[in-house]
Amino acid sequence: MRNALIICQKELRSYFSSPVAYILLTMFGLIFGFFFWNSLAYFVVEGMEMQMRGSSFPMNLNEQIIRPLLQNVSVIGLFFIPMISMRLFAEEKRTGTIELLVTSPVRDLEIVLGKWLAAMALYSCLLLFTAVNFAFLFRYGNPDWKPLAVGYLGLLLQAGALLAIGTFISTLTKNQIIAGAVTFGVCLLLWVLEWVSGYDSSTWARVLAYMSVVTHFESFDRGVIDSKDTIFYATVIFLGLFFTARSMESLRWRS
Amino acid sequence: MINVKELTKRYARTTAVDHISFEVAKGQIVGFLGPNGAGKTTTMRMLTCFLPPSSGTATVAGFDVLEQPMEVKKRIGYLPETPPLYPEMETAEYLKFVGQLKGLSGAELQKRIDYVCERCAIADVRNKLLGKLSKGYRQRVGLAQAIIHNPDVLILDEPTAGLDPKQINETRDLIRSLAGSHTIILSTHILPEVEQTCEQVVIINKGKLVATDSVRNLQARARGAESILLEVGGRNGNLETSTVQQKLERVSGVSRVVCKHKVDSRAFFEVESQKGRLVRGDLARAVVESGWDLNELRPAAMSLEEVFLQLTGKDAPAEGAAAKGAQQQ
Repeated sequence: MRNALIICQKELRSYFSSPVAYILLTMFGLIFGFFFWNSLAYFVVEGMEMQMRGSSFPMNLNEQIIRPLLQNVSVIGLFFIPMISMRLFAEEKRTGTIELLVTSPVRDLEIVLGKWLAAMALYSCLLLFTAVNFAFLFRYGNPDWKPLAVGYLGLLLQAGALLAIGTFISTLTKNQIIAGAVTFGVCLLLWVLEWVSGYDSSTWARVLAYMSVVTHFESFDRGVIDSKDTIFYATVIFLGLFFTARSMESLRWRS
Repeated sequence: MINVKELTKRYARTTAVDHISFEVAKGQIVGFLGPNGAGKTTTMRMLTCFLPPSSGTATVAGFDVLEQPMEVKKRIGYLPETPPLYPEMETAEYLKFVGQLKGLSGAELQKRIDYVCERCAIADVRNKLLGKLSKGYRQRVGLAQAIIHNPDVLILDEPTAGLDPKQINETRDLIRSLAGSHTIILSTHILPEVEQTCEQVVIINKGKLVATDSVRNLQARARGAESILLEVGGRNGNLETSTVQQKLERVSGVSRVVCKHKVDSRAFFEVESQKGRLVRGDLARAVVESGWDLNELRPAAMSLEEVFLQLTGKDAPAEGAAAKGAQQQ
């Protein structure tokens, strides 16, 4: 475990000593900032209209701002995750530094775990930006914090699953662009798989829809920790990291 | 310290390393010699547990590379062909990372970082980004990285490739100074490097072991008979090389005379004597008595280069014999 932390620390330093982390943070901050401003403005306008009509229907920050925004973050995340995970192994393979890691007295799984943890940490930094925005809601409004916390847990689990897949894909190539593009394709596919449930309810469609990472996020954005969805994410994370370790091993047999 | 038996690495279509066996004693520097693509890097990668062998065994400090890779990795310092540097890291930061990976920590780690910085003469770039270092510094940081945990065995893949002559000499001195406390295998395709740095040579070609012996024995073995270089000058400004050649050939004990080249009235000959015959005195007398000047006469020690070409060349009669000799050892 100590080794995994050493590698995690080194990966984080690489993220933050190159422009990668700052560009991702800036872009994510801008995009989320726009989404937040947009939904807040809509909420305010709606609230005024309701007051004018004299409606007594209560406005709810959790339902009308936080929940849709969390869903948005879950989708925006699909676009950012490939950019976080693509360099993890592809870069090391290109520059040959993988030889240093593999010939050091460190287990493959520790290397994989360290890199995945670093990617998770960077993703958490992205989420911090959303927290800054949400903090304003708590300052001027009175939303419930519990569904938000569960939403964050869901986002982390979802990102963990996709990052595990991305890390695996990164071990397959020396080229970061290829790793990024393939990961992006897989992320996108895992998102849109859910659409089949809209018009088809056969077993196959249900299986396909079940594989979509987004369907499993719905319970979390409602503020519910569903063990079924938690287990789904945990399984994907485990399998992703397991295959990454196997792929690292095969790297040696093949190279 | 290192024991390699029938080590083989097969890829889908090619056999990169074919039944190689050799041994390295503790504290020795061994040169791993071969033309490009001979299988040097593959062999080294198998020793460092980067690649698993297809068959055969290799043990480092008594630990098998397949059975106990962790123990082997702890005892090996490895400098791959391109130093494994992270361009966005600073030198000290990088050495700290590698040290931690190898299991060092705290005051001991700090002490080792200071030590290797001084030893490899990289103290002045401690706080520079690795991506901005010159080739020579990169190589030395690579070497520092390999010795940071004070390993028993050092495996260096072409440690002087791409350096300028001054840096090459510094690196060789550094490597030589590391011997004794470390067992070192270094690969190269530059022959003088082996002659200057190593005590023992392992020559491989196309994945096969060609010879393994001490540098001196190898030179002697390939030489067989003594070879002498002669420079003969004509007194009155002209010199018939063919007459000189005939004269030299007639000296008893001489097996072959080759005229290397001729400049004005001076001609250079290489004379090979039969085994066990001392012909230098007779040669000198023959030249002087014929009225020519003897400008130079010296024994030509066969360079490793010639040995190497002889051993790896296609029509090398010594190949089979040498390999057999190597296996007997």
